[in-house]
Amino acid sequence: MKVEGKVWRYGDNIDTDVIIPARYLNSFDPKELASHCMEDIDETFAKNVKAGDIMVGGRNFGCGSSREHAPVSIKAAGVPVIIAASFARIFYRNGINIGLPLMEIGDDVEKIKADDKLRVDTSTGTIENLTTGDVFHAHPLPGFVQEIADAGGLINYIKNK
Amino acid sequence: MGMNMSEKILAKHAGLESVEPGQLITCKLDMVLANDVTAPPSIKEFEKIGKPVFDREKIALIPDHFQPAKDIKSADLAKSVRDFSRKHNLVNYFEAGRVGIEHVILPEMGIVGPGMLTIGADSHTCTYGAVNGFSTGVGTTDLAVAMATGEAWFKVPEAINVHLVGRKPKNINGKDVILTLIGKIGVDGALYKSLEFTGPGVAELSMTDRLTISNMAIEAGGKAGIFPFDEVTKAYVEGRVKKPYEPVAADEDAKYCQTVEIDLGKLKSVVAFPHLPGNTKAVEDIGEAIQIDQVVIGSCTNGRLEDMEIAAEILRNRKVHEKVRCIVIPGSQWVYKEAMKRGYLEIFIDAGCVVSTPTCGPCLGGYMGILSAGEKCVSTTNRNFRGRMGHVDSEVYLAGPHVAAASAILGRIAAPEEVE
Repeated sequence: MKVEGKVWRYGDNIDTDVIIPARYLNSFDPKELASHCMEDIDETFAKNVKAGDIMVGGRNFGCGSSREHAPVSIKAAGVPVIIAASFARIFYRNGINIGLPLMEIGDDVEKIKADDKLRVDTSTGTIENLTTGDVFHAHPLPGFVQEIADAGGLINYIKNK
Repeated sequence: MGMNMSEKILAKHAGLESVEPGQLITCKLDMVLANDVTAPPSIKEFEKIGKPVFDREKIALIPDHFQPAKDIKSADLAKSVRDFSRKHNLVNYFEAGRVGIEHVILPEMGIVGPGMLTIGADSHTCTYGAVNGFSTGVGTTDLAVAMATGEAWFKVPEAINVHLVGRKPKNINGKDVILTLIGKIGVDGALYKSLEFTGPGVAELSMTDRLTISNMAIEAGGKAGIFPFDEVTKAYVEGRVKKPYEPVAADEDAKYCQTVEIDLGKLKSVVAFPHLPGNTKAVEDIGEAIQIDQVVIGSCTNGRLEDMEIAAEILRNRKVHEKVRCIVIPGSQWVYKEAMKRGYLEIFIDAGCVVSTPTCGPCLGGYMGILSAGEKCVSTTNRNFRGRMGHVDSEVYLAGPHVAAASAILGRIAAPEEVE
């Protein structure tokens, strides 16, 4: 998948409670979750995010609760890929399992700022920062995990097996 | 090359002689868990697969987060879990009022045990490492697939050896151990790794201490937090775990990517400041008094009988500070009843505490103690993220039941020694 979009930039240790606060967990409707995504740290995100925009975080993105509502809310907001220095492991699994590509690039993430424009190829792991000209390469997914991602998530992967 | 405890459990469940870190494997699961927040979306995904449940005895669905239902939507969530459990005749579905918080009751009822492999759609599923099992949190899609196939894929983690030495002093408990560890290695210090607790200090820790410690492995980013099987484990699981089980021990030449030593004898009562569990500070080093509005004693981290006992001994014949609301939540119906029989509930009520039925409630900002803007709470729960217990401008300070009870009396964050 190839996408181009504007960057929404967040810091280290973005936890799933701020991505989608528990007061909204009495629903799992993706659209409803998306309308509250990130609101406790960024009221502008849910209102202004456009389909194709890219979320970029620092270290340990998605730490805390296992709630899949968190990556679901980001995906439903129109974000096709998340880039971070590193991801918390349950969030990472959940991203793969719901067909939301997550790209880990370590300290290179420091070279991406808010509102930069990125071009991302999730199949090769290449990230071009069109604003600065920098090019980064994400760590590839290991073994059959890439097959799960290619199938569009774990449910499709299991059904096709 | 020898194997550590994590590798042994994963290898056995993958049908392999041995495994090594980084290896991708598929494992057969002994238990699959979800709650009223994570089961409903899982059920929806499960139905897309079009298979029956893999084993009606190996799925535990526990309505604990927003139950007894806090609102109509939460009632709908509980109903979908109830209907699914009845349709598939699940053995381990427990209605509110029959049991309690998932990670308190699964060990308590012997549903999880030594050497067993469990996944749960709840990040604190890592709790069962305390009884020498490998257990870890997953999302709803993993859970849906596990309910249909009884399997999950894993990347074998590297392991950190947390070597415990020294004698545990009075007024120090499991919460001080785990908060100190997270303060030391950071909230991503064990990312993608398992924590394995070793050394002579392990014998100093009660099963309650161990359950608290394993419960918060995830707060260091850990995939699991496993204790060896010893006399304490044996005494706890005997009579509870009805299925046959095989304890695991690390080989003498087991490989660890890192060793962290903790001298229990040097531990102080600690508190994690907002908004990360790794922002730890010894209570004695706090300096200027931090006035508080609320105290919560309970949760899957500290809602067990020993936690109730610690809090009750401190609150006995004392009163909760006039400016503080103290909410006590026994973690299970068994804990609730024992606390009643032993007179702890009477102590709490006489002190002016709210005593609630078992629920996750306030821990995740669900209900039963939500904070207003600017309010501060000392809580025995596991997370102090921004907005976790309510308003985005409220603050949660994590501590053990001893610090929480002392703080409730003095109206500020306090060490237990200050009320002795």
